[in-house]
Amino acid sequence: MRYKRDPELIREVLGNKVQFILGDIACVYGGLLAGCSFFGGYPITPASEVAEGMARRLPRVKGTYIQMEDEIGSIAAVIGASWAGAKSMTATSGPGFSLMMENYGYAVMTETPCVIVNIQRTGPSTGQPTLGAQGDMMQAKWGTHGDFEAIALAPSTVQECMDFTVEAFNLAEKYRNPVCVMADGEMGHLRERVVIPDEKDLKIINRVPATIDKEKFIPFSNSQTRKSKVPDFPTFGSGYRTYVTGLTHNEKGFPATDKQPDHEKLVKRITSKITDDIDTLTNVEKLHLDDAKTVFVTYGASARPAESAMEMARSKGKKVGMLRLKLVWPFPYKEIQQLANHVDTIIVPEMNLGQIVHCVREYADGQCKVISAPKIGGEMHLPNELYSYLEGA
Amino acid sequence: MIEIKEDWCKGCGICIERCPVDALEESDEFNKKGIHPARLKEDNECNFCRLCELICPDLAITVFPDKDVKKDMKKTLLSPVGGKHK
Amino acid sequence: MPEVRTADKLNKKYLREAMWPTIFCNGCGHGVVLDYTFWAIEELKLDMDKTVFVSGIGCSSRLPGYINADGLHTTHGRAIAFATGIKAANPDLNVIIFTGDGDCSGIGGNHLIHAARRNIDITVIMINNFIYGMTGGQLAPTAPLGSIATTAPYGNIEQPFDICGLIKALGANYVARWPVSHPYKPVKSVKQAMEKKGFSMIEFLAPCPTAYGRRNKLGDIKKHWQWYDDNTILIEDYEKIMNYGTDQEKEEIKNKIQIGVFQDIEKPGFFEEYEKLLQRLQDTRGKGGKK
Repeated sequence: MRYKRDPELIREVLGNKVQFILGDIACVYGGLLAGCSFFGGYPITPASEVAEGMARRLPRVKGTYIQMEDEIGSIAAVIGASWAGAKSMTATSGPGFSLMMENYGYAVMTETPCVIVNIQRTGPSTGQPTLGAQGDMMQAKWGTHGDFEAIALAPSTVQECMDFTVEAFNLAEKYRNPVCVMADGEMGHLRERVVIPDEKDLKIINRVPATIDKEKFIPFSNSQTRKSKVPDFPTFGSGYRTYVTGLTHNEKGFPATDKQPDHEKLVKRITSKITDDIDTLTNVEKLHLDDAKTVFVTYGASARPAESAMEMARSKGKKVGMLRLKLVWPFPYKEIQQLANHVDTIIVPEMNLGQIVHCVREYADGQCKVISAPKIGGEMHLPNELYSYLEGA
Repeated sequence: MIEIKEDWCKGCGICIERCPVDALEESDEFNKKGIHPARLKEDNECNFCRLCELICPDLAITVFPDKDVKKDMKKTLLSPVGGKHK
Repeated sequence: MPEVRTADKLNKKYLREAMWPTIFCNGCGHGVVLDYTFWAIEELKLDMDKTVFVSGIGCSSRLPGYINADGLHTTHGRAIAFATGIKAANPDLNVIIFTGDGDCSGIGGNHLIHAARRNIDITVIMINNFIYGMTGGQLAPTAPLGSIATTAPYGNIEQPFDICGLIKALGANYVARWPVSHPYKPVKSVKQAMEKKGFSMIEFLAPCPTAYGRRNKLGDIKKHWQWYDDNTILIEDYEKIMNYGTDQEKEEIKNKIQIGVFQDIEKPGFFEEYEKLLQRLQDTRGKGGKK
């Protein structure tokens, strides 16, 4: 392995501690800080700047950058590089995300850690390339065929674009699953101030490499060295001679396509390894929830006008609060259940025709009213538009 | 001396067809899969060319050079990547 | 007499016996390609801990499962893109790809073209049986004109794909095509391809009696294997006859498939050039390069 994460070299390449940069470039910074050493990308508005930023900086920290021939090749190369030991990521938007779905499922089935940054734009199809939206949220969870668990984060500021990319790598390495960073065109092309954290304030998690005796190692089962459903990682080239396949496989990795118990055991393990940890994974921001009777449940770019609307309402004495989801998948259902218990109305502003609102409705379970506040067409909600939803409060 | 792993043989007959001195035939017994595997004839002219070993799709044939064979080996054992074993 | 390497010893060293016997039909040419690969690896003395086999989907793509080394069985047509990633993360690994004619030139055509163009340091062993065998016998891009398949029941009206011609035009370092019926030259060719830096491709013409042979009146296994002997011609012979032969001779060989080594050159590979780029950047670092 050529790449070794060198914190000094990384900070030398990143530059000043406080900078004024694009959201796309903040994702690049986050990847480099986490130790990303392979980027396979393809140009697509509004995520081209991520590829350009990586093309500039990754060779300078001795990583490898390849512009692949299409998005399918990009995600394939990212998965291959991950199996050879590199932390790898790719960046795309709606149309590219749709193309990547088959191999996204492959990464889930073979338990490969990787990061996909999706700078969402309006759809369906080519849509409005330069304007943002939040139309892929359900696709991150249900896009590929079959049963699986997704992990997705939604940044609301450019600083979060950077922090959440580092967090995405940590979660990917810990759970051996692909992780999506669901930014959007508004965040991607916004310039804001970021502060690059020092090495001592940064938490980096790496995959646990396989170290036990080669005869005894079982590649696709609970870990043999610690209590976890995530197996240790037998990097290619370390002598474990693993056979990795997307077919349903038994614990040794050999195809077992005609046996029902094998498939059930495998799929239940790779889904429950994430859902078991729902309490530690849940990551939300709560504003004024202790006395609120009407609450905005929001994520990503639409959290910003929602917060303004909430402040406007508060200044007039209305009891309004906000719950911002930082980790959207696996869905923090316990928070919604608790919230629905003691409020009257939940409003869900989204830059799509209503996607996460369905989950909120499911877990609110009739305990309160759930109203969707959709807006499509590439424009963010205006605070007074959201304020008008509060008229009844 | 030719050893054929009977349970690996699928009975395709390519070794029998391609042997240049016609030294192989189908045996009368069945293997576990109900196939007649190939076997060396009782009375054979095998010159250790190793073609059967190289061409068997199931890797079931191994050719051993006999140390105390009665007839002289007319050809030395060929190396599959070209040239001869010295 | 020195110790002779026999098939038995090779099997013990390289075969993953837990997965044996193969899923291949009797008379299939895929097992023979596995055989040739083992002999070539043995000759080169490759370190099996540092070798990775990548494959797509299909009968040919089941081969890495039978080899006792790291294997990656990926999605249909994308094996070459996965292999590019593996090589990028760790250029010291030997990466060998097993793929089929439909997997490589149909759905995977784009990845094949760009990997050859970039001269990525991998070896592609493509097994061409003119049909999509695993799914039951559908038409493949390389099927000869007029052949029958389940999705072309009245005969194929499309021109077949000459993959070796395409890869040669893209400037890959080593391009060859061999039938599986005669062992010595293909084994040597596989060894040369693996030793070579840069993109090397070997196309193996393998018979598929079950899906292709039955439908195209190629009779039983013996007759099908004989078809390959009758309808292939070495490149040198082809050129000699085309330049100096009589009209009747030219007519006879006009439609035969050419076999042999098409191209054998030395161009620098992608990762060699990338290393030079990294070195250039490190050199300018001391002189205060801009961001």
